[in-house]
Amino acid sequence: MLDLTPDEWTAIVLSLRIALVATAVGLPFGVAVAWLLARKDFWGKSLFDGVIHLPLVLPPVVTGYLLLISFGRRGPIGAFLADYLGIVLSFRWTGAALACGIMGFPLLVRPIRLAIEAIDQKLEQAAATLGANRLRVFATVTLPLALPGLIAGCVLCFAKALGEFGATITFVSNIPGETQTISAAIYTFTQIPGGDAGAGRLVLVAIALALVALVISEWLARRAGMRFHGE
Amino acid sequence: MLSVDVEKSLGEFTLSARFATANGVTAVFGPSGSGKTTLVNMIAGLVTPDRGRIAIADMVLFDSKARINLPTHQRRIGYVFQEGRLFPHLSVASNLDYGRRMSGLPADAAETKRIVELLDIAHLLDRRPGKLSGGERQRVAVGRALLMRPRLLLLDEPLAALDAARKREILPYLERLRDEVPMVYVSHHAGELRRIATSVVRIDAGRVVAVGGSELLEELDADAV
Repeated sequence: MLDLTPDEWTAIVLSLRIALVATAVGLPFGVAVAWLLARKDFWGKSLFDGVIHLPLVLPPVVTGYLLLISFGRRGPIGAFLADYLGIVLSFRWTGAALACGIMGFPLLVRPIRLAIEAIDQKLEQAAATLGANRLRVFATVTLPLALPGLIAGCVLCFAKALGEFGATITFVSNIPGETQTISAAIYTFTQIPGGDAGAGRLVLVAIALALVALVISEWLARRAGMRFHGE
Repeated sequence: MLSVDVEKSLGEFTLSARFATANGVTAVFGPSGSGKTTLVNMIAGLVTPDRGRIAIADMVLFDSKARINLPTHQRRIGYVFQEGRLFPHLSVASNLDYGRRMSGLPADAAETKRIVELLDIAHLLDRRPGKLSGGERQRVAVGRALLMRPRLLLLDEPLAALDAARKREILPYLERLRDEVPMVYVSHHAGELRRIATSVVRIDAGRVVAVGGSELLEELDADAV
């Protein structure tokens, strides 16, 4: 059916890996930020909220450029990571995961925050009277009740990471086998004569992946909902 | 057994209460808005008094002078809320077991069975709280609080959300608990308290107006006084 070339397969696998890592690494931070925004009032909260949402409204190229000058080999954070921890992000797939994670972060945080805000805090009080300390209240009441929000946030972040283009290509370029994702590969195909067939195949793959992600998230959300209302 | 001497200002409203209770069932009786729930929330540690002292026997839960304020989860005080507050994501059995697990008590199948039978909830164990009737929900809430082996059981209008038939259905179960654990039972409904209370603390507009036996319940419902 779809006769994908090895290079196209590489781009697909790389895209999935980048999106998965971006979502998985982002999730604990996303839960922490969502909880802070939902439950705590602190000085500079509006600014903090704004910074978290910035990647959503900034041109992706701007986010990518900011990543390049801070996480690049000569950037302050990039130089520190390279010199002391041996971690290089620029022009590597890990850098692509960082760019995708940051672009997807606001989409990850928002549903989790809404889910935490919707939880009846009286249930957490009840848990405390039953002997649960704050951490255990969070783990046994808050987190399970916010599960539908966690699923929604992960799917949105994963989908965003899968399709991210501007920030990624600006930060880590478009290197086949290292940083060339599905989006970047499609873009490359459109720049060369006779690339229509390759672009078409990858477009179909992108559509299929998006649909599968949506179906899985629907299924997970329904299962999570059933746990509250069913037997 | 329980001694309370607290003050708390909430905006215009000031609660100032001082009383001591013996074992048995202490009814906290008064009209809506008189500060009953705030009072039990202070005993549970969900609301912090401005000043005063709360102790169960010689165990101090709160003392503003000595700067003691035991957190809620260390107080071992069972609390049955008006709305049950069962955990919707857990089965009835897991709800019942929650307090024991969080308090780090060993599993005790015989005790669980005894409480489950006492409250007649064995047929509900596999269900989710969303599928229970109001009366069943409150019985499970009582069981959940009892199974953490509380030093004291607080019941805040546990029957208020139920209709008259359901109230009559639950009261006998609550009467059975009288010998299980000391209780503080909050209500504005004298009829309900008359059947169960061994002593009465009457409060009105944030003050204790009378402390005594069940003769304080001879009048009408507090809301009608």
